[in-house]
Amino acid sequence: MDSNKTLEIGLPKEQFEELDRYIGSLKIDKEDERRTGYLIQVLHKAQHIFGYLPVGVQKFIAENVGVPHSDVSGVISFYNYFTTVPRGKTRISVCMGTACFVKGAGKVLSEFERYLKIKNGEVSEDGKFSIDILRCVGACGLAPVVIVNDKVYGNVTTKQVGDIMALYINEEATHADKK
Amino acid sequence: MAQQIRIALRNCGKLDPEKIEQYIAQSGYLALEKALFDNKPEDILKLIIDSGLRGRGGGGFPTGIKWQAAAKQKSDEKFVICNADEGDPGAFMDRAVLEGDPHSVLEAMTIAGYCIGANKGIIYIRAEYPLAIERLNVAIDQAYKMGFLGKNIMGTAFSFDISIKLGAGAFVCGEETALIKSIEGKRGEPIVKPPFPAEKGLWMKPTIVNNVETYASVCPIIVNGLEWFRGVGTEKSPGTKVFALAGKINNVGLVEVPMGSTLREVVYEIGGGIKDGKEFKAVQTGGPSGGCITKESLDTPITYENLIQIGSMMGSGGMIVLDEDDCMVNIAKFYLEFTLDESCGKCTPCRVGNTRMFELLEDITEGRGTQLTITKLETLANTIKKASLCGLGQTAPNPVLSTMKYFKHEYEEHINNKKCRAKVCRELLTFEIVADKCVGCSLCARNCPVFCIHGEPKTPFVIDQKACIKCGSCVEKCNFDAITVS
Repeated sequence: MDSNKTLEIGLPKEQFEELDRYIGSLKIDKEDERRTGYLIQVLHKAQHIFGYLPVGVQKFIAENVGVPHSDVSGVISFYNYFTTVPRGKTRISVCMGTACFVKGAGKVLSEFERYLKIKNGEVSEDGKFSIDILRCVGACGLAPVVIVNDKVYGNVTTKQVGDIMALYINEEATHADKK
Repeated sequence: MAQQIRIALRNCGKLDPEKIEQYIAQSGYLALEKALFDNKPEDILKLIIDSGLRGRGGGGFPTGIKWQAAAKQKSDEKFVICNADEGDPGAFMDRAVLEGDPHSVLEAMTIAGYCIGANKGIIYIRAEYPLAIERLNVAIDQAYKMGFLGKNIMGTAFSFDISIKLGAGAFVCGEETALIKSIEGKRGEPIVKPPFPAEKGLWMKPTIVNNVETYASVCPIIVNGLEWFRGVGTEKSPGTKVFALAGKINNVGLVEVPMGSTLREVVYEIGGGIKDGKEFKAVQTGGPSGGCITKESLDTPITYENLIQIGSMMGSGGMIVLDEDDCMVNIAKFYLEFTLDESCGKCTPCRVGNTRMFELLEDITEGRGTQLTITKLETLANTIKKASLCGLGQTAPNPVLSTMKYFKHEYEEHINNKKCRAKVCRELLTFEIVADKCVGCSLCARNCPVFCIHGEPKTPFVIDQKACIKCGSCVEKCNFDAITVS
């Protein structure tokens, strides 16, 4: 792999090596016209490793899967799941499926936005928190649902927003102390 | 009392989904054995056609006919795809089947492969369902180990492999041609049919795409026979349908009822009625492509045809129950915003038309609407329906058309009286302090983000209507119920 490229965008070399190993394990034949079929799973893996998909990572994938960079970029921009900007360390996702919507998910979202002083889709200035909306996680019985990182909170009310946030703000503070 | 009959959900919750032995103990893989040893592919095909099983993903296309079209094609390679990209917000039956009974889907896909002469199966599942993905992976591993997948299944000449492909958050990928594009690693934009996937599908090879619930209904038909299956449901829509009850209803969850049951049975008898004793307003079915069913249609038997006739559709089976506190214009706006966000942007009617429609709805909910807005909405809706390329665009105006048909008075109230009876559209609300109840604690004034509440302590406060942004935080903070919303 080209080590200059990794330096160029300032991402850890180890992460590129991990992605490289994954792509290698797929044994993609660059002559095979069906090689594009691997693209989305490689993007999933890459986003899992890096947290987002910046141009440097896109070019690396384009080269190693054997598709034009324009196609990689086109696929990323099409699917909601992929992001080209880093998300917050703590990701707050408010479900906006219909069941959650009619049970007041909009108000819960506004409360998070007010609390963190950022809008849906944004990251807080210190990079610690981001807010997103999700399209139905299929947990409609718990509506409205909020997912923080991988933890699911059901029947969330605007009044609970402060309590939920307190958990993560404290956690952040404890981590900072340890460092 | 309405009866639930479990066909697709027969094993959900009853067995450990990570133990293939338990599935086998419930006659699991018996259908596959019957298919491979006692029947030719044509026999199974005929059985599925005669059973009248129809696609449970929403369209209601006869499953057997779809399989037959692919079976007829001569090709060195064919594909069986399972559509597990359950994107309809408010529907979660596919997740329940995949998490609770993954083998039922694997077995049915293998049988489908045997029928149409395919050796490769792909499950396209949304990345938002991590547990379902994990359980599927476990199930696939077990099936390979037991010889139900892989080379020479059960010692026969038939071989079949199944792999998983992850979606990446695109509602339009539930449309079969878009789904196929996505599996090919491309942008999930639909293409014009024909050619249908049964002729030219994945990698231009004959392909069938069926929904999870459809597959989950296949094996019981083979095990229990035609008469049994046709004995449930109606003549044109045999069998059962799973509905996801959610919203303002007492018993939230999945129900599986015979086709032809009425909405009253589902909502009141099984669902336990409306939450907090509120008044029933409507049930929304079919998600962003569907429409509303009102009180007047509570006794209509639920079938594919009946629902279309009353301006809604079966869809994947999400049923969102709405009560008096839901504003129908706002609901229509919600769905349109969803479609707008999910429109792939390939064809103009959908990309631009829906954006304009959304703006018109915004005009109405924010108090700028006139009679002309309604006329424009109607014209635009009909154009988008006719001119869009795929199902997403063709059905996008349905929530608007359906709410306009049944709740025109709500639209007119928004326009003529600038009122929202459900008190949802904030721009049309007025917040006022009742002088008799206000003790002058100043809590509201201190919490008002725009400082528009004034008064002297211990005397009633007043809201400056011109400056009020109608955020409602004063109502939430007031401990004396002294603020009214109208």
